[in-house]
Amino acid sequence: MSITSLAADDGTSSRGTRVLGILTLVGTAAVAYLGLVATGPDVIQRDSVRLIYVHVPMVSVMYVPVAICSIASLLWLRKRSDGWDALAVAAAEVATVFVGLGLVTGAIWGRPTWGVYWTWDARLTSTAMLFILLLGYLTMRRLPDERSVRTKRAAVVGLLLIPNAIIVKFSVDWWLTLHQDATITRADAQIEGLQQFTLILSVVVGYLGMAWLMVHRFRIAWLESRIEDRGLDLAIAERRAEGDTLVATGGDQ
Amino acid sequence: MTHVGYVAVGWLATLGTLGSYAMISIRRGKTLSRQVPPEERRWS
Repeated sequence: MSITSLAADDGTSSRGTRVLGILTLVGTAAVAYLGLVATGPDVIQRDSVRLIYVHVPMVSVMYVPVAICSIASLLWLRKRSDGWDALAVAAAEVATVFVGLGLVTGAIWGRPTWGVYWTWDARLTSTAMLFILLLGYLTMRRLPDERSVRTKRAAVVGLLLIPNAIIVKFSVDWWLTLHQDATITRADAQIEGLQQFTLILSVVVGYLGMAWLMVHRFRIAWLESRIEDRGLDLAIAERRAEGDTLVATGGDQ
Repeated sequence: MTHVGYVAVGWLATLGTLGSYAMISIRRGKTLSRQVPPEERRWS
């Protein structure tokens, strides 16, 4: 096997992503053991508290790719470089996955705890709006138009993500909501011991997984832009060749 | 254990979605990287 084909087999992986991937897998296994086996049920929530170890990491982590998408969109609008565009689209896709999972796991946790899957609470509604906005961003990217036009439209949508995420974050402080406010960071935290450790570990593992996905997705977006550029170069070369042929034959064809 | 169904669905949905997304990303990266010369793949 040649060096080139070996490199091709690596795809978007590198030593750093492999280390990150292994850490994420080991961390996930640890959280699964702690969350499902080692920790006990909650006094009030009973065993539905075990859903917190998947819900909280999703909603804690989602702010990072959302912020990255907005900042990268702004920088693309200023500098028009492929790198910022690739970063913005990578962050938008990863954010969509985390926000979507946050909504789903929240609904599954809400049913046994609140008695409903969904309520038009400020936190839930603003998160749903963020999810729709992210879907809008990804839809803009797929519209059949010139690359620069669709990237510009998507970047404008990307700018709206940070204000929406701020509303999501502070919705529990600004409005009277069914959703509780911060759990780990508040001074009088109602969680302690192994449950607290598991929750914090689950958030750390969530960040590791998000970083792994972000790096891979960014590299995918970068490769797609290279392929698109090469396709454009090829098309231009073909048109030039056609033009040269016409000139050589005196335009008889 | 109480709420077994909810706990199972929540965990399976999360791990299943993230695992599938990770696998799809790896495959997509491998397919695309074959179409781009190594010098344009700064990480390899």
